[in-house]
Amino acid sequence: MNRLLILPILIPLCAGCLLLLGRHGGVRAARGLSLLSATAQLAVAGLLVDQAGDDIVQVYTLANWMPPQGIVLVLDRLAALMLLATTVLALPALIYACGGIDRQGRHFHALFQFQLLGINGAFLTGDLFNLFVFFEILLIASYGLLLHGHGPRRARAGLHYALVNLAGSSLFLLAAGVFYGIAGTLNLADLSVAVAVADADSAPLLAAAGLLLLVVFGLKAALFPLFFWLPRSYAAASAPVAALFAVMTKVGVYAIFRVGVLLFGPQAGSLAALFQSWLWPLGLLTLALGATGALAATTLPLLIAYTVIASVGTLLCAVALNTVPAITAMLYYLLHTTWISGALFLLADMIAVRRGIAGGELRNGPRLNQAWLGALFFLGAMAAAGLPPLSGFIGKVMLLQATPTGARAWLWSVVLAAGLLSLVALSRAGSMLFWRSNENAVAHAGGGNNALAIVLLLSTSVLLSAVGGPITQGLKNTAAQALDARAYAEAVLALREPPR
Amino acid sequence: MELIFGAVIGLLTSCGVYLLLRLRTFPVVLGLTLLSYAVNLFLFAMGRLRINAAPVLGHSERYTDPLPQALVLTAIVIGFAMTAFVLVLALRARGEWGDDRVDGGIEKTASTDADDDDFQHPHQRSSNDDGGGAA
Repeated sequence: MNRLLILPILIPLCAGCLLLLGRHGGVRAARGLSLLSATAQLAVAGLLVDQAGDDIVQVYTLANWMPPQGIVLVLDRLAALMLLATTVLALPALIYACGGIDRQGRHFHALFQFQLLGINGAFLTGDLFNLFVFFEILLIASYGLLLHGHGPRRARAGLHYALVNLAGSSLFLLAAGVFYGIAGTLNLADLSVAVAVADADSAPLLAAAGLLLLVVFGLKAALFPLFFWLPRSYAAASAPVAALFAVMTKVGVYAIFRVGVLLFGPQAGSLAALFQSWLWPLGLLTLALGATGALAATTLPLLIAYTVIASVGTLLCAVALNTVPAITAMLYYLLHTTWISGALFLLADMIAVRRGIAGGELRNGPRLNQAWLGALFFLGAMAAAGLPPLSGFIGKVMLLQATPTGARAWLWSVVLAAGLLSLVALSRAGSMLFWRSNENAVAHAGGGNNALAIVLLLSTSVLLSAVGGPITQGLKNTAAQALDARAYAEAVLALREPPR
Repeated sequence: MELIFGAVIGLLTSCGVYLLLRLRTFPVVLGLTLLSYAVNLFLFAMGRLRINAAPVLGHSERYTDPLPQALVLTAIVIGFAMTAFVLVLALRARGEWGDDRVDGGIEKTASTDADDDDFQHPHQRSSNDDGGGAA
């Protein structure tokens, strides 16, 4: 049993607890500990990606309780990849926060670590109820983080966010209850087998529970029509928090994909492809509305929040296609959009600070003297809008190529039109911010660390396209393994104790 | 027993959903609480309803499934914490926003749409800046 699997959960847990206990230890110590923890998580995630590369699904049984009764952590290529995506985003966001934002309220670093704990756990767990628990952990940490810093905007956005997600949690429990009531298990691998052999009487109930789960995960992922909480919350959050939130929608996408494959994959008989028929139109609508919203946004953070929604739409369209090439494209685009959206949120804050009272609003404001800031925004906007040669372009091309002929008319037109809309929105925002200035520059204290964080995140886009070949090959293997529900179930259930 | 149990869950859920759709935060929080009660009872029933059966082996002739009880316990703890948090949040939003409507008040939403709050923020900041400059 590979004990490395528990580390992505243990490291932030210990760091978070230490940060709470040592909250009087000063900012410097808190920052050091927090950065150390994030770096350690990055290293562990890198190791896990490496270890998952041998195509064996690794299982960690908590407290040595064997599945299906015990809770298991499962590491395959996909889980490792998602861990890497999270930690690569978290470290720069944390570096940026250490520029001073972490002092605007208490317990920033502890909450940040608990949020990472929840996200990492959600990616690793192989148990439906445990997934609920990790969702709650990441949510309650995110409620705290969202309110970090002050302002009535945040309180109200936070209230909406919390209420919507609490209602979602109730639905999650209902769905988990139905699954347990019918199948007698909550282990995802065991459920996968149980759903496949379910009789005709229980199939409608299982379908109802599955669709409840789709609603819950769709809420997390900001799927149409459940995305209305997102733009305001993300735009109201402080920059490093919004950047970290860029991965939270991906937790929802991951959960939809994982549950869709394991429970309602081709092995599920009459319940096969339960999610796909819903995801296809809803994904397209999400994409279209996200791009439209970006065009209508009045502030830069709001614009970026809408591009996050558009990217979720793109990802879910790819999930709906459910083939190896489409999932490969999905994973590539997921890495790209997570990191680039994070970078853009940080960049938006940096720009807002330098515009004084104009802030992030898209109107005439003070001059921005820093040419490098414009260059960074240009680079980020290019990547986000999907212009060659950066990663957004490659991801979209991969997705368009992976589309089967029958689905092309819809996906091609919507993806390309949405790309055009985002391009217009981003370039309009850029010219407004950098060229139409009517006042003198505002004095400010700029931090070098902040720029470093953004450069780190933006360079991932360059990296994704520069070494696109090997990365795509790895992602193809990831997609193939992730789509194989049988291998996953066998790896977990092999640990089952023999019947006495 | 099953009928009563089912009816209670249904009643709690419908009341919860009704309250959830109300305008002010307090009924909404109450609605969430009712909903979580209903969910907890539902989870409990998923181990099937049995009378005179302990969830422990060897204690009684028949035993009941202990796992849903553990799930309910977890759900109660989490639900309790979340409700407490939402209450605090609702109070704070009430304090900062000046009323307890979930949508943030009618005169504010009527003046502009979603961006009202975005406009307000810089003005507040600018007055602060002026004060700082004068000092």
